[in-house]
Amino acid sequence: MAITMDEPVTRRDFIHIAATAFTTIGAAAALWPLISQMNPDRSALSLASTELDLAPIQEGQAVTVMWRGKPIFVRHRTADEIQKAKAVPLSDLKDPIARVVDAPDEPATDENRTKAGKEQWLVMIGICTHLGCIPKGQKNGDEKGAYGGWFCPCHGSMYDTAGRIRQGPAPQNLAIPPYAFETDTKIKIG
Amino acid sequence: MDHYTQYQPTTGFTRWLDSRLPLVRMAHETIMDYPTPRNLNYMWTFGGVLAFCLGVQILTGIVLAMYYAANTQLAFDSIEHLMRDVNYGWLMRYTHQSGASMFFIAVYIHIFRGLYYGSYKAPREILWIIGVLILLVMMATAFMGYSLVWGQMSFWAVTVITNLFSSLDSIVNGLGTALVQWIWGGFSVDNATLNRLFSLHYLLPFVLAGLVVLHIWALHVPGNNNPTGVDLRDIHREAVPFHPYYTTKDGFALIVFCVLYAYFVFYMPGYLGDATNYVQANPLQTPPHIVPEWYFLPFYAILRSIPSKLGGVIAMFGSIVVLMLAPWLDTSRVRSTRYRPLYRWFFWALVVSCLVLGWLGGKPPEGNYLIVGRIFTAYYFLHFLVIMPFVGIIETPKPQPRSIAESILGPSARGAGRMPHPAPAAAETR
Repeated sequence: MAITMDEPVTRRDFIHIAATAFTTIGAAAALWPLISQMNPDRSALSLASTELDLAPIQEGQAVTVMWRGKPIFVRHRTADEIQKAKAVPLSDLKDPIARVVDAPDEPATDENRTKAGKEQWLVMIGICTHLGCIPKGQKNGDEKGAYGGWFCPCHGSMYDTAGRIRQGPAPQNLAIPPYAFETDTKIKIG
Repeated sequence: MDHYTQYQPTTGFTRWLDSRLPLVRMAHETIMDYPTPRNLNYMWTFGGVLAFCLGVQILTGIVLAMYYAANTQLAFDSIEHLMRDVNYGWLMRYTHQSGASMFFIAVYIHIFRGLYYGSYKAPREILWIIGVLILLVMMATAFMGYSLVWGQMSFWAVTVITNLFSSLDSIVNGLGTALVQWIWGGFSVDNATLNRLFSLHYLLPFVLAGLVVLHIWALHVPGNNNPTGVDLRDIHREAVPFHPYYTTKDGFALIVFCVLYAYFVFYMPGYLGDATNYVQANPLQTPPHIVPEWYFLPFYAILRSIPSKLGGVIAMFGSIVVLMLAPWLDTSRVRSTRYRPLYRWFFWALVVSCLVLGWLGGKPPEGNYLIVGRIFTAYYFLHFLVIMPFVGIIETPKPQPRSIAESILGPSARGAGRMPHPAPAAAETR
């Protein structure tokens, strides 16, 4: 029945509004589990860390390991590669942020993207920040792009020897996962 | 259009049913009594072809699901098992696989038919918008189905396309990543992702079927457009009943279509696919050249033409959204491009630019390919956003026939009265 303005507000009006509001909130609350079940589950979250022995990796070599289903690039950089990465002024970078998972807002200098005293080791998530392809440059003979780092074959993004985006459609530098040196030759990722 | 019905329940049972659930009446009114312009050409037969395609995909898909294992360890092998060991498994799978391509061939012809003859214009805007929604759901369904094969192309196509949503990171930091992980159900495309893609691939065809019902409903209210674009005025002189006239014509077109379909299924089932997808998915190795199936290539070319990640994604989705706006962007009072001497050139330029974009989508995005891609992407959007409104205003259309009857019978048709009345359905029971 239509309620017109000149009728007084009754207890029935209150019950109508309360019932409708309660149903709406209840329906919205019931939706949440349906949405939340899509998120990464506990077994995916528990695959938290991967250990890697660096001793067998020679200078100039690179290895790829899996962490949380993602490839992690570990490159033992040559002195020349380190020097090339350090020589790049920040103003030349397409993405000036370091993209280190643990310290998100630092400038993308080579120092910030490696650990102090261990700068020959570059550890990155090997997923192109454009659309998720795996860039080339880990194996001997791979195309490394114009900046000597990595080259994504999907859409032509090029990364330098510090894994920073220099050319192509990718918006960000390759991300640095959380990792720590357990000993001088062993890292724990995650 | 005035509705008339010739349905008379003849048996005791149909009379009883008619006053309770008039299903037979509805079918009769939809198929037997529906007045269809008598001048429809073969471009109008693709609606029927598309309904057939959906039916075939659902039927063969249900069979495939009986053998498919939605698990990253088993998926690829379960399909090979189906192909090699199951009786007629190869036929079911190739019919489904080629069926997707045939579905898109038909839907693209159907869409360009609508664009050429102005079928999107008033009073058919809702019909057109539902059609664009059908295209979107079709694309989602086809994409998910392709991913289930779990070959290298499947895996990397899912990776690339789901990562499109991470472009939202540039609006709200972390939002895109959270959304992508929600879609994946993990930190990479994995078993959880494959399972949900399978679930949705089974669901969406039925959503599609529901949308098709709405599409046909929205067609039957204003009635068919026709090649002249002139409204149907006299259903006795200008229309024929859908059945048997257009069921027969659509049936003939369907047979011709099936010849082409069968040629693909039996003689070159792999031609439209990519050989890389016969290599099992490997999350550690990206194939040297990721290409989507042919029917997505124009959109892929648009995505890659824009040098920004978010911009590319917006342009790609925008290329479909802009179709929905066509009824309001087109300012011409004339529907059919037959009578639009200037717009006709731009229409064919649009067809050519879609074909060129399709060709470019399969090429590496560098050098001249990139430049040509940008030119044709620009044309695609200019066509809808600038040319459609502008040409409609400046163009002088050619004279249209005053009626459908005049276009068929010439100006002397008025009052000739030689046309038989539409054959009543009662003829069937005679």
